[in-house]
Amino acid sequence: MPSYVNPEKCDGCKALDKTACQHICPNDLMVLNKAIEKAYNREPEMCWECYNCVKICPQGAVEMRGYADFVPLGATVTPMRGSDAIMWTIKFRNGSIKRFKFPIRSTPEGSAVPSGNFGEGSADLNSPALFTEPASLGLPAVATFKK
Amino acid sequence: MENFETKVVTTDLLILGGGMAACGAAVEAAYWAKKNGLKVTMVDKAATDRSGAVAMGLSAINQYVGIKDGQNTLEDYVKYVRNDLMGVTREDLVASIARHVDSTVHLFEKWGLPIWKDKNGAYVHEGRWQLMINGESYKVVVAEAAKNALKAANGELYERVFIVGPLMDGDRVAGAYGFSVRKNEFYVFKAKAVLVAMGGAVHVFKPRSSGEGLGRAWYPPWNSGSSAYFTLAAGAEMTCQEVRFIPVRFKDAYGPVGAWFLLFKSRATNGLGENYMETRKNELEKWLPYGHVKPVPANLRNWLMMLDVMEGKGPIYMRTEEAIANLAKALPDPVEQKKKLKELEAEAWEDFLDMTISQALLWAATDVSPEAKPSEIAAAEPYFIGSHSGASGAWVSGPEDLQTSQTKGEYFWGYTNMSTVKGLFCAGDASGASSHKFSSGSHAEGRIAAKSAIKFIVENNTQPNVDMGLVEKLKAQTLAPVALFEAQSKKTTDASINPAYIRPKMYMFRLQKIMDEYAGGVTSQFKTSKALLQKGLELIALLKEDAKKLAAEDLHELMRAWENYHRTWQAEAHVRTILFREETRWPGYYFRADCPSMKDEWYCFANCKYNPATGEWTMLKRPIYKIVAD
Ligand SMILES: Cc1cc2nc3c(=O)[nH]c(=O)nc-3n(C[C@H](O)[C@H](O)[C@H](O)COP(=O)(O)OP(=O)(O)OC[C@H]3O[C@@H](n4cnc5c(N)ncnc54)[C@H](O)[C@@H]3O)c2cc1C
Ligand code: SF4
Ligand code: SF4
Repeated sequence: MPSYVNPEKCDGCKALDKTACQHICPNDLMVLNKAIEKAYNREPEMCWECYNCVKICPQGAVEMRGYADFVPLGATVTPMRGSDAIMWTIKFRNGSIKRFKFPIRSTPEGSAVPSGNFGEGSADLNSPALFTEPASLGLPAVATFKK
Repeated sequence: MENFETKVVTTDLLILGGGMAACGAAVEAAYWAKKNGLKVTMVDKAATDRSGAVAMGLSAINQYVGIKDGQNTLEDYVKYVRNDLMGVTREDLVASIARHVDSTVHLFEKWGLPIWKDKNGAYVHEGRWQLMINGESYKVVVAEAAKNALKAANGELYERVFIVGPLMDGDRVAGAYGFSVRKNEFYVFKAKAVLVAMGGAVHVFKPRSSGEGLGRAWYPPWNSGSSAYFTLAAGAEMTCQEVRFIPVRFKDAYGPVGAWFLLFKSRATNGLGENYMETRKNELEKWLPYGHVKPVPANLRNWLMMLDVMEGKGPIYMRTEEAIANLAKALPDPVEQKKKLKELEAEAWEDFLDMTISQALLWAATDVSPEAKPSEIAAAEPYFIGSHSGASGAWVSGPEDLQTSQTKGEYFWGYTNMSTVKGLFCAGDASGASSHKFSSGSHAEGRIAAKSAIKFIVENNTQPNVDMGLVEKLKAQTLAPVALFEAQSKKTTDASINPAYIRPKMYMFRLQKIMDEYAGGVTSQFKTSKALLQKGLELIALLKEDAKKLAAEDLHELMRAWENYHRTWQAEAHVRTILFREETRWPGYYFRADCPSMKDEWYCFANCKYNPATGEWTMLKRPIYKIVAD
């Protein structure tokens, strides 16, 4: 199955107010088996391998095994997502390893100001200008066709 | 059946979806709503931080016009889109998005999305319109701004509520209904205007991988045609329902090719080493004037490749080894060369890791070194994504100031991005004939539509009437699959095999088989004809009858039941429209074997409309008017 859970690492997110992997999966696949307090992917053939469950799991319990119908065995791609960067470790079938680190955002989490501090425009509901325009366009006015 | 509580939410503007367009809508609507004392409510079937097509992230912003730096004009963008779509484009809508998209991109940057910059601080372009980003958290950042905006305006966000269909008050939309996929709750949203942004559709056609890899379509499995169903069921006129999209991507995992083609200047060749763009150049003469356009339209590039595949000249390879060698050759200094190669390697892997991690996994599992050996590319199955290089969606009004005296009567009816139904607005994949808006343009269009919807509310400030008797019926209908399962599932020893019902997954496979074989899917080499389409419609009619017997074991499967019902409607609108358009105009998207060429009389929009009162479909032609001169 595409994403799978290591039962030794998964603690059922007991300390959190919601099960992280279940909360984030865009396709509603990750679910907690309440009897054993471990999560699993209930419909692996509907998994996009988006890795959101992998990235969010506080225990590092979710991993990925490539789609069995076309991905040969033996490789892994593992993320470690921090607050401003993500680190990827790629292990090839032949055992070789590559590591990459990429930035993910340039501002502190939660700080996005909707107006981008561009200030307000004319506040006219009838003009084509959106609320941050024209400042956010970097132009004196909204563009139109050359007449 | 367990008790399902009915929750009634009354609001002014209801935003359906939580993707790029909906998040744009939330940011804009929150501002105008606060100014006008109105309430905004947004509803997403998933967690907005990671919902929609950008859930995994993206490695590029595909629409940036660069107007402030004089890089391009509105007219340039209109011409690009018009040509790529073989002439079938609403130029007023494309220009409307193009004149706001840069502003949206500048906001993304302020919110924290890392956009690549060169030494002079200018954005790094992947191609003429595309910007390179470190986009792992693209959706997280965009959702954060939307949520912060809603919070500041006392708006609400409902996550994990699946929208089933529209509520109407005569010819005006009155809200929406749906259910929670977490608790036994049926939802009724009453609103003065509704903005639809629930994305496009996948799994309408049979995917190439049908085992575990079923979910690895290029398009994310969680967008299932809810926008199309919602607008059709409300009685809105739809456009370009024939203009599906078939992306050519790295084979099987569908990793992006944009960086390879545009940034690394790679070629694709067939199994004999021939470049079909050269050997099949003459074929382009059959599709004039678009065959002569640069860049060659996406569907024509597909078509030349498909001709090779049909002649048995595959596999088709992206010549990564050649591209890397060429890039290295350009730098004679060995130290510089080594540095450059390292940079290229990181860029190539990031392209996958930011938006199609499966492709990285597949390369690792097959020990691919792109500098040593080429990798296969292939055409995926058809998808409905009006925001990308397809065009399907609702027929919406353009802005007044971008009309000419000729277009005004056809393309303008009061409120920008309003469909033909009063109070029903559409953006992103939900609005049609304005393709190539991508992530950034969808966000911008969401903003445009939201501002316009608030204007509509201010000018029509009455709460439409919702017939609560009808709501009770819709509730029973919505929950019927659960009731049916409860009543019948114990009557056989295996709940999957029961003559009284059909489970959503098998229903989906049935739809996919019909579409694949009759409407030009992968196994029919994207070819179809009048006779095949008519047979397909017959089978869809039977499937729709059986939709009443969909059964669901739990809330998750109930969602699957309704997703597949929505897919059926996207399928039917598609089949009816390819049947109506008696020509082949986008040969690399689908080929009408019985009308194999482009015809002047089909230089028009092919629109369709479903009448909810009578159950009848109407097909109609709408004129194409150019606004921008050639
Ligand atoms: C594989 C892929 C690669 C792409 N690459 C790029 C790229 O590199 N650059 C770029 O600019 N663009 C790219 N795009 C295009 C971009 O992702 C889309 O244009 C954009 O996401 C469209 O926005 P939208 O809001 O219409 O739909 P989406 O962003 O998909 O949002 C749809 C929303 O609707 C919700 N929803 C669906 N059904 C329901 C329902 N019944 N009830 C409630 N909510 C529902 C979903 O949860 C989601 O929140 C790519 C798209 C794909 C699929
Ligand atoms: S997020 Fe991790 S720890 Fe929490 S339930 Fe899921 S797998 Fe277990
Ligand atoms: S990889 Fe994505 S689609 Fe698959 S289970 Fe995890 S979150 Fe869901």
